[in-house]
Amino acid sequence: MKGSEKESFRKTFVAATVSFDPEGNITPLRVIWRDGRRFAVDRVLESRPAASLKAGGSGMRYTCRFGNAVTYLFYEDGRWFVEEKAPAVPGKEKDSDV
Amino acid sequence: MSPVILHSDLNAFYASVECLYHPELRERPVAVCGSAEARHGIVLAKNQLAKKAGVRTGQAIWEAKRLCPGLQTVEARHGLYLRYARAVRAIYARFTDRIEPFGLDEAWLDVTGEDGRAVADAIRRTVKEECGLTASVGVADNKIYAKLGSDYRKPDATTVFLGEAVPRLVYPLPVSDLLFVGPATAKRLALCRVNTIGDLAAADPLFLQSVFGRIGPMLSSYARGEGGGPVTPLGYEEEVKSIGHSTTLPRDLHEPEEAHAVFSLLSEAVAARLREHGLAGRTVAIWLRKSDLSSAEHRLTLPEPSDLSPELLRAADSLLPALFDPAAFRRAGLGIRSLGLRVASLSPLAEEAQLTFDGRLAAREKMRAGEICIDSIRRRFGYFAIRRAAALLDPSLGKFPDTHFSALPGSEELEVAAKEGARPS
Repeated sequence: MKGSEKESFRKTFVAATVSFDPEGNITPLRVIWRDGRRFAVDRVLESRPAASLKAGGSGMRYTCRFGNAVTYLFYEDGRWFVEEKAPAVPGKEKDSDV
Repeated sequence: MSPVILHSDLNAFYASVECLYHPELRERPVAVCGSAEARHGIVLAKNQLAKKAGVRTGQAIWEAKRLCPGLQTVEARHGLYLRYARAVRAIYARFTDRIEPFGLDEAWLDVTGEDGRAVADAIRRTVKEECGLTASVGVADNKIYAKLGSDYRKPDATTVFLGEAVPRLVYPLPVSDLLFVGPATAKRLALCRVNTIGDLAAADPLFLQSVFGRIGPMLSSYARGEGGGPVTPLGYEEEVKSIGHSTTLPRDLHEPEEAHAVFSLLSEAVAARLREHGLAGRTVAIWLRKSDLSSAEHRLTLPEPSDLSPELLRAADSLLPALFDPAAFRRAGLGIRSLGLRVASLSPLAEEAQLTFDGRLAAREKMRAGEICIDSIRRRFGYFAIRRAAALLDPSLGKFPDTHFSALPGSEELEVAAKEGARPS
């Protein structure tokens, strides 16, 4: 990626296996990627309400360690999402209504 | 102990929530608009970039796009804004239990005994981290100056109006910055050579009363940072002052008969809500918005309080000619875009019955029994189980009660300068 290009992210919803403790606290155990691969959460380093400024939205943010990688996993409105790096699309962006 | 009051204002609330969900729009001018299909296609909120380009709340989408060609428009998602408003309120509740919301995006907080600036900064930081939104917070010893503070510096800033420096900072500000001083009041004040908050604070309250009636002395005390009352705790329910409904019509209306058909639906809805609250009202006001988006209200006082739709309808019909001259509208190429009906000066129903000798009471009781019966049929079988014949004349007008009713902004005598209902600017 060129230095001048801004890294962009997309909001990617994922399937997750989670556990509930008796108080109702949720701990994510496993994330299932869209191609079926399963990634086990080795450890939840932190959980707190937070906004995702990269991908958009907000919810309970779990800072998870997957092997050597540390990733934010968000729980928003009953769904789980991650901030996935999106490849930069070359060419002019089209002005359009959302 | 001197009170410490905060006023927190979420900057460009709707537009900020949309930009949070559309990161690609953050660096572009964005306007949140009503549904163009339902003819609510006006700008409800805009971000700073759109504001700089001249986009204003209430503009038609085409008008805003002409001023700002690169404008990105997104359709409003009220459920989402409500969720964020609640999340922010939950953050406030970590700091104090004395929270008085003012619309969805603003609130006063009483944090007496705390360091106001420190709490304000902590609130801003937390709201930003957890909700991705920025807030401006004003700190003062009263609600009026706290609100002034949150408007003073935007976005994402804390402004403290405390101590001896306050008059030096506040008094030179234009009087229109003051809460409850809308454009019309500011214009009238300017005629009296009252242009700044300092001018208003120095003006003789008796003179202001002679010009503005009972709100005159109130404005004067607001200018001095007095009044505004305490911050009411969350959950405190204000007494209902008026009940109203308004609707933007599926097409512009040009005939009084069409307005009558709409008023028949509005009066039924308002009367049903009055009965639901066990209230009756003496003041009936109609509100009309023309197709050029200008609006006006007219009101009358009924001989006795009413919660009956035929009486409200009669009142609305008699008020209409004051606001709607079909020939003049036609000449100006205008139509009626929205209509509203509001009932105020409310009193509990049990207190209102005035015994009469002419049997009118019996007739009204009979009418009420009929209305209650209609309420009951609708509750059991749905709104369309029973309808007025007038609603059948034009199916497009007869369709709206379930979908397009919205609360009419209750204005009373005061202009709320910064707000139009709960709509952020």
